[in-house]
Amino acid sequence: MANQLSNNETMKEGADRYKAGVLPYKKMGYWQPDYQVKDTDLLAMFRITPHAGSDPEEIAAAVAGESSTATWTVVWTDRLTACEMYRAKAYRVEQVPNTGEGTKIEAQYFAYIAYELDLFEGGSIANLTASIIGNVFGMKAVKALRLEDMRIPVAYLKTFQGPATGVIVERERLDKFGRPLLGATTKPKLGLSGRNYGRVVYEGLKGGLDFMKDDENINSQAFMHWRDRFLYCMDAVNKASAATGEVKGHYLNVTAGTMEEMYKRAEFAKQLGSVIIMIDLVIGYTAIQSMALWARQNDMILHLHRAGNSTYSRQKNHGMNFRVICKWMRMAGVDHIHAGTVVGKLEGDPAMIRGFYDTLLDDHTPQNLEHGLFFEQDWASLNKCMPVASGGIHAGQMHQLLTYLGDDVILQFGGGTIGHPQGIQAGAQANRVALEAMVLARNEGRDIWNEGPQILQDAAKWCGPLRAAIDTWKDITFNYESTDTADFVPTATTSF
Amino acid sequence: MMTNPNGIVTQGQFSFLPPLTDTQITAQIKYALSRGWALSVEYTDDPHPRNTYWEMFGAPMFDLKDPAGILMEVNNCRKTFPNHYIRVMAFSSVRGVESPTMSYIVNRPKNEPGFGLVRQETEGRNIRYTIHSYATDKPEGERH
Repeated sequence: MANQLSNNETMKEGADRYKAGVLPYKKMGYWQPDYQVKDTDLLAMFRITPHAGSDPEEIAAAVAGESSTATWTVVWTDRLTACEMYRAKAYRVEQVPNTGEGTKIEAQYFAYIAYELDLFEGGSIANLTASIIGNVFGMKAVKALRLEDMRIPVAYLKTFQGPATGVIVERERLDKFGRPLLGATTKPKLGLSGRNYGRVVYEGLKGGLDFMKDDENINSQAFMHWRDRFLYCMDAVNKASAATGEVKGHYLNVTAGTMEEMYKRAEFAKQLGSVIIMIDLVIGYTAIQSMALWARQNDMILHLHRAGNSTYSRQKNHGMNFRVICKWMRMAGVDHIHAGTVVGKLEGDPAMIRGFYDTLLDDHTPQNLEHGLFFEQDWASLNKCMPVASGGIHAGQMHQLLTYLGDDVILQFGGGTIGHPQGIQAGAQANRVALEAMVLARNEGRDIWNEGPQILQDAAKWCGPLRAAIDTWKDITFNYESTDTADFVPTATTSF
Repeated sequence: MMTNPNGIVTQGQFSFLPPLTDTQITAQIKYALSRGWALSVEYTDDPHPRNTYWEMFGAPMFDLKDPAGILMEVNNCRKTFPNHYIRVMAFSSVRGVESPTMSYIVNRPKNEPGFGLVRQETEGRNIRYTIHSYATDKPEGERH
């Protein structure tokens, strides 16, 4: 059956194939349902929404074509190349469960495409993405398109440095093991002078947090130029370290308009003895890779704030899934990336977020459709990248956070620290006590999901700041429906 | 006297909680053993945040799987060094980790002098920071 298709419909060869004019992509060789995927192939899976009445296989072939060798018409110059190899091959198209006739959503299809390894330059996210997402998202032939997942072959992964430090070495450097790390973003984001800003950093760290953080848009504005911020923050970091006997850090955001300026800021952070610097996703893939190389060479942890990602990752039918960003950023070499909280104020379905976390942390992720992982992925010993949970979380949710997110995560309580009624140190202390009490209880074998609120109440009996935190935020939840949800529920039986 | 909310060195997993009882220490040991980790007892009289290598109270106990036996080692160390910092550590040998997985303090000196911050003023507004462990003002063996 498959052979018949390929012989009769999908592939024309020889003079017929290269006659000037326009051929359907399927007939140009971009649809190969009997293609045998190779271990060295790079695989991509797109969610396609075709226009009503168009053939999903042809659309899949068009995506394969336009993300590899094709243009809109036949060109004879293909025949000067090993063009069959360079063509990406759409090899599977399946209707997305719960779309199409009888549902509220127009028909969508999952299209699987295989790309030959030689299509890509080693060690370049820019080159990889220019191919995979460079051209196809604006194609008129497809109504909407979303890159859902990719399988990166080991051979290609090995051309990337990966996280500059990695979770294991980060923990060794910080001397912090067996619990999530705690952080907070300095607030208000904008307007504090360097001196006032450093005060918040000092109080948070001395109170019990491991890290404080610049926000994504704190760079070098009129109210606080970057050198002032760096100088005051490092005084705060060192003073808090002396006050507690712990290694402390502040993510100094080095994001700037040029690479030259970012290197300058990073060098100054190093000179002042910072353990960590920070960049924003909006600086671009190449800049991120450059900063990751710099961080590896300068013993620096590299924090990435995913500023801007929701412009393309949130809507389910168009753009790209955040799990793909997670893969690219682990390859590009960042040590931290914001990846969702489940319970906080920002988008996040629990199963999807588990998929992001596994993608960042595991040596090997098996296919897991319930978590949105469409491909098995071997990470080939690439360092692990620490997920960061930030946005609308507080101490009263500690049992939920620890259950959903595990130990390898940085819990960032910005408002939940700085907004504490008894002050910033008290806010930090409340968070740290809640965390340690919950880790202790979990390790003792207690059912923290159900007993969590009681565990917190018990700790609040001897810790006034925790008592105040629980009383202040006890009713705060963000129960909105997620837009990025699983297509496959645990009970569904699928043909995979 | 340290001025942080706890008034003590807050390294390790549980320094913000009341001192762990033997029962609580044993529960944590059991957790580590259940995950296949080897336990180790270490002590120091210099708790500088970057003093990585505390003295080992014997090698990690790779072959000891009995929580009571490990607690006995903890208590032996406490008896021998009652006025030192003592921590229990767990090590995972699993590929991809191969590093400590737990670390918690189970003994402290009665008086924790803490640390001073030495600021060396250099070019411009640059400052070079040194965290100085007050305990190390005295020779080894005479601290705390």
